Amino acid sequence: MTNLKTGYLLRSRPPSEKFVDICFKNLVLIMASMVAIVLISILLVVFWGSLDSMGRYGLNFLITSNWNPVEDQYGAFTAIYGTLVTSLLALLIAVPLGVGTAIFITENIIPEKARNVIGLMVELLAAIPSVVLGLWAIFILEPIIRPFLQFLHNDFGWIPLFSTEPLGPGIAPAILILVVMILPIITAISRDSLNQVPMKLRQAAYGVGTTRWGAIFNVILPAAISGIAGGVMLALGRAMGETMAVTMIIGNSNVFSWSLLAPGNTISAMLANQFGEADVGQLSSLMYAAFVLMILTLLVNIVAQWFVKKMSLRY
Amino acid sequence: MPYPDIIRSPEGIPNLHYKTWSKQNLSSRFLSATAGIFALISVLPLLAVLIYILIKGIGGINLALFTELPPPPGLEGGGIGNAIIGSIVVTIIAGCIAIPVGVGGGIYLAEYSNGRGFSQFIRFGANVLAGVPSIIAGVFVYGIIVSTRLIFGATFSAIAGGIALSVLMLPTVIKTTDEGLKLVSDDLRRAAFGVGASRFVTVSQITLPTAFAPIATGVVLSIARASGETAPLIFTALFSPFWPEGIFEPIATLSVLIYNFSALPYEAQIELAWSASFILVFFVLLLNLSARWLGRLTKG
Repeated sequence: MTNLKTGYLLRSRPPSEKFVDICFKNLVLIMASMVAIVLISILLVVFWGSLDSMGRYGLNFLITSNWNPVEDQYGAFTAIYGTLVTSLLALLIAVPLGVGTAIFITENIIPEKARNVIGLMVELLAAIPSVVLGLWAIFILEPIIRPFLQFLHNDFGWIPLFSTEPLGPGIAPAILILVVMILPIITAISRDSLNQVPMKLRQAAYGVGTTRWGAIFNVILPAAISGIAGGVMLALGRAMGETMAVTMIIGNSNVFSWSLLAPGNTISAMLANQFGEADVGQLSSLMYAAFVLMILTLLVNIVAQWFVKKMSLRY
Repeated sequence: MPYPDIIRSPEGIPNLHYKTWSKQNLSSRFLSATAGIFALISVLPLLAVLIYILIKGIGGINLALFTELPPPPGLEGGGIGNAIIGSIVVTIIAGCIAIPVGVGGGIYLAEYSNGRGFSQFIRFGANVLAGVPSIIAGVFVYGIIVSTRLIFGATFSAIAGGIALSVLMLPTVIKTTDEGLKLVSDDLRRAAFGVGASRFVTVSQITLPTAFAPIATGVVLSIARASGETAPLIFTALFSPFWPEGIFEPIATLSVLIYNFSALPYEAQIELAWSASFILVFFVLLLNLSARWLGRLTKG
C-alpha cells in the first residue's frame, strides 16, 4: 500500500522471509541446546553404565584396592589415589613456576619483545599433543631423571613415598609430565588476570615508594588472586583428566603402593588401557571409575568458574 | 624528625638515589631473578621436546613414510600413510559436526539470547564441557554409539572417532563464536535492521562476515587440538594396520599409532612413532601459528 502523503511504499514482510527467520532461530536454538544435551547424556551414559557395579560394590569401590578381572573383584582405590596424588603434586610444582612465569612476563622486568617470545613459547607448549609428550617422557625424560629418583630412594628410602626402587615407569615421571602439561594453562590464565589489574593500582603502589616485589605481593597479586585461583582449579581439572601422557609413563599397575617411585595408575589411564578389551563386569566397574572421575572434574571445574566469575565482578 | 633513617645532605635535602645494596632492593632483585629462572624452566620443556622430535623424527622423513603401510612386527621399513589419511579423515568428520553446530550455538548465544536463564546455562555448560576429560568423551561415544551399533551397525569406526572428537571441539567453537559476535558493534546490527533486513539476513550477511576472523581463529585452534587428541579415539576409531576402508570401519590415526607403537619392543615401530610425532607436531604448530596470524588480522 502506498502512503499518500510521502509516497513511500510500505512493504510488509513476505511470509517466506518470516518463515526463514523463524526456522533459523529455532535451528540455532537447537544447536545451542546440543551443549546441554551432550553434557547431560554424557552423565547419563556413564551413570547408566556403572549402575551394575555401583549396586554390587557401593562405596566400598572407592576405598578397596583389589582390581582383579579374573576373580571379578573390583576396587578403584589405587587409581583414585594415583589420580589425586599425581594431579595435586603436579599442581604443587606447577603453580609457583606458572605464576612466577606469568609475573615475569607481565611486570616490566625485561623488554616487551622478550616477554612476548616467552609467552608465545609457553602457549605453543600447550599445543603439543599429549601423546607426543608421553613418547618424549618414555624415551627422554624418564632416563634423565632416573638417577635423581635413585638418589631419592637411596637417601630417603625410609620415607614411605620413596620406599621402592625406581625401575622405569612410575608415578614420579607422570607427575613431571603433568607439570609440563598444566604449566601453560596456569601461566596463560595468570597472565590474563595480572594484565587485567588496572595500571592505576601499580602506579599508586610505586608512587608511595614500594619496591617492585612489594607492589607485586601486596597489591597486584591480591587483586588478581581470584582469576589465578580459577586458573589453578582449571589446571587441576585438566591434570585429573589427562590421559595419554600419564598412561604411557605411569606403569599401569593395579597393585597399590604409597611410593611415588613405584608404578601406579590413574582413573583415566585405567580407562585407556582396559576399556577396549573389557568384558561386561569389568566394563561396568570401569564406567563406575569414569563416573567418579567425571564427578571430580565437574566439581573442580564448577569451583573454577565460580572463582573466575568472582574476579569479573571486581572491576 | 619523622624519618630519622633517611640520609640527608648538609643542606637537609634527603638522598633519593637508588640504594643498590639496601635490603629491600636486594630482595626485589633476587625475586626478579627467581621469576626469570621460573620462566626459563617453563620454556625448557618446549625446546627439549621440539629438539628431540627434530633429532629423532627428521631422519625418518622420506617418501615411503607417506605412501606405505606400517611394517609387520619385527620387519624394517614401511610408512604411516594410512595413519596420516586416517587422522585427516577423522578430523574432517569431527569438523563437519562441531563447526556448524558450534557456530550455530554461538550465533544463538550472541544474537538471540537475552543473557539470562537458558543462555546463561548454555554458556556455563560450554565451560563445563570444555573441562570434561577427553577420555570421558571416548567412554561416552563408546557407550552410545560403538556398543549399541547405532550408526549403520558399525562398531569401532572412523565416524565414532569423529563424533568423539567433535564433543571436544564443540565448546571451543561455541565460545569463540559467541565472543567474536559480541565484539561486533551493535550499530551495525541496528543499521541492518534500519534498512529493513530480517534477522537472518543481518546475521548471515552482516555480523557473521564481520566476526569472521575471531571465529576462524577459534575454529583453527579447535582443529589443532582435535587432531592431536588420542584418548577419545583409542576405543572409538580403534586402529587398523591397513589402508582406510571407509568411515564405518576402524581407522588408523597418527596419535593412536604413536600410542600403540611406543609400547612395542621393536626399533622400527618406535622410529615410526617418532616420525609420526614429528608430522603431528609440525601440523599442530602450523595450525596454531596460522590461528595466531588470523587473530592478528582482527586487531589490524
